[in-house]
Amino acid sequence: MSVASEPLLAIRDLTVEFDQGDHFVQALHGVDIVIERGQSVGIVGESGCGKSITWLAVLGLLGSRARCAGSVKLDGEQILNRPDRELTRIRGSRIAMIFQDPASSLNPVHRIGRQIGEVLMLHRGLTGRAARAEAHRLLDRVGISNALQRLDEYPHELSGGMNQRAMIAMALAGEPDLLIADEPTTALDATIQAQILDLLHELRCENDMGLVLVSHDLGVVADMAERVAVMYCGRVIEESPGDRLFDAPRHPYTRGLMAALPDIDGPKRRLKSIAGTVPPPRHLPPGCAFGPRCAHATPECATHRPDLRPAGAPRHRAACLHTDLIADSLDTGLAVPEAADAEWETA
Amino acid sequence: MALLRVRELKRHYDVRLPGGLMGRRAKLKAVDGISFDVEKGKTLGLVGESGCGKSTTAKLVLGLIPANAGSITFDGKPVTASHDAAWRAMRRRMQMIYQDPLGALDRRLPIADQIGEPLVIHEPGLAASYRRERVAELMAAVGLRRDQAGSYPHELSGGQRQRVIIARALALSPDFLVCDEPVSALDVSIQAQVLNLLEDLRAKNGFASLFISHDLKVVRQMSNRVAVMYLGLIVEEGPPEAIFHDPMHPYTRALVSAIPTPARRGRRERIVLQGDPPNPVDKPAGCPFHPRCPSAMDICRTTPPKLIGHGPRRVACHLHDDAPETRLIAAE
Repeated sequence: MSVASEPLLAIRDLTVEFDQGDHFVQALHGVDIVIERGQSVGIVGESGCGKSITWLAVLGLLGSRARCAGSVKLDGEQILNRPDRELTRIRGSRIAMIFQDPASSLNPVHRIGRQIGEVLMLHRGLTGRAARAEAHRLLDRVGISNALQRLDEYPHELSGGMNQRAMIAMALAGEPDLLIADEPTTALDATIQAQILDLLHELRCENDMGLVLVSHDLGVVADMAERVAVMYCGRVIEESPGDRLFDAPRHPYTRGLMAALPDIDGPKRRLKSIAGTVPPPRHLPPGCAFGPRCAHATPECATHRPDLRPAGAPRHRAACLHTDLIADSLDTGLAVPEAADAEWETA
Repeated sequence: MALLRVRELKRHYDVRLPGGLMGRRAKLKAVDGISFDVEKGKTLGLVGESGCGKSTTAKLVLGLIPANAGSITFDGKPVTASHDAAWRAMRRRMQMIYQDPLGALDRRLPIADQIGEPLVIHEPGLAASYRRERVAELMAAVGLRRDQAGSYPHELSGGQRQRVIIARALALSPDFLVCDEPVSALDVSIQAQVLNLLEDLRAKNGFASLFISHDLKVVRQMSNRVAVMYLGLIVEEGPPEAIFHDPMHPYTRALVSAIPTPARRGRRERIVLQGDPPNPVDKPAGCPFHPRCPSAMDICRTTPPKLIGHGPRRVACHLHDDAPETRLIAAE
């Protein structure tokens, strides 16, 4: 078996349960995601859908109260539930991760240069001058002006966008094959978000690095990802190449998310909200978790949990019993304003 | 006559910057001379990045903090920050919706009591039975169930908490509502519910509002007019379709082009601005935007541009200094 035939990362039937003392609460109910070398994959979903927990589980960062099962293979090698000692060799050097709030992910009492140097020593054995030179190069590469001076500054002396760049520099320091960016621009302003997204795109192309972009923002994911997976209540409910997903979503939840999103172009329309709220993980409905909020739900949906099944195009799968029906009934009307909403063209 | 009229409003803070034993004195110009009107029953959207003075403007407009200069007139009467009887009578008609609903609610009080509290304060003579009825009406109007009246904030979801805040703000049937990032903490599907609710309530009750958000898509959805702020100044103001589809100010252009949406994917025509928004303490001379502006000229470094009318909108940029009439003539 050659390594090249294996995908970079293959998550199969990943489940996570949290020990609450007297009972377990299941956060992930069997997640399947495959990432090829150099591919960018977007993960979208609302809070509590498990989009961050998936990646924390992959890296073994959930702590002792979490019980993970299933399989996570990096280049064909099982990495789920491996001892910390082995995972430290993977974290940072094979798979790196950056988080939403750079200010709380960086150590406030150490200079930026030292924090990058730590990664360089750990994963590439660089120390002293060599490490400093490399840290300088990395800061320069992520577009921090005056990089030499910034090496000796503390995180509080940098702006939010600069700190996120420094985080990205740290993530790159280990030369990872896969970068997981968990809401990397959520805490940043619009113009800074544009800078960071451009930077991530450039770095991915330059280093042939896989990128996982976790975001609640459909726009950010649409902009960046070749493949997109939509999560709801601890499951992937739809996955497809990005263009196909945004042109022809098949799962009612994905359709709902897109109809709920206000747009900047085109005519103004009344937003279509999704009724109800996300059920708490302890009280998931039987059958399809989206069933109680779904306009297309049938009695069958309350008893059968749908698995991901082909949804009308290659590599497009959706976990819904009624994908064919939805395709026929809705293909024309997603973003078209209704006649009743004409009054919304306000003065 | 506009319901709310703001003229040359300024709010500066004294701050100390690092340097010397006691630090160096400096002025943080959070709001530096803005003027706008909000018509009766209409919504003015206020957009801009963090630190541009959006929230300070909200507080000034409600008289929560005093202004250093300028005037605010609500329905013909000046709004002051002296919290006297006249101000309280005015505040009855001006309410606020906050970004973080949990922080704006009392954790130890059932939500029905919180929704009814403005009535207790402003209409103490009201019979308790009538008040309960009014609270039930308000809860129904914002889509809360009757049996949730006794719930505490922690028992509700984020969207439901925001509904409580909206119900409380509407308890006194205000004429003017300040919404400071009302949906920023909510998920997309819940955000749509709350935005639709606000729009329906506005259609029914006819209140005017100042709608503050960093999300241009949300502001476009909700506003009749939009003002774009940068470093304490309004740089462009006008109808949302004009501002978002044909922005004139380079900053607005960059801001609009930076919004990622599913419909725009693959078209990488973003204008990416260099650098960070400057600190409002070290505001650059001339046009505050010139250090990041792709089309800055010499005059931009020295002379601050004035907000000049161009048809239905106003723009503060030297690129558009000449009035549109003269430009038309020149083009011919």
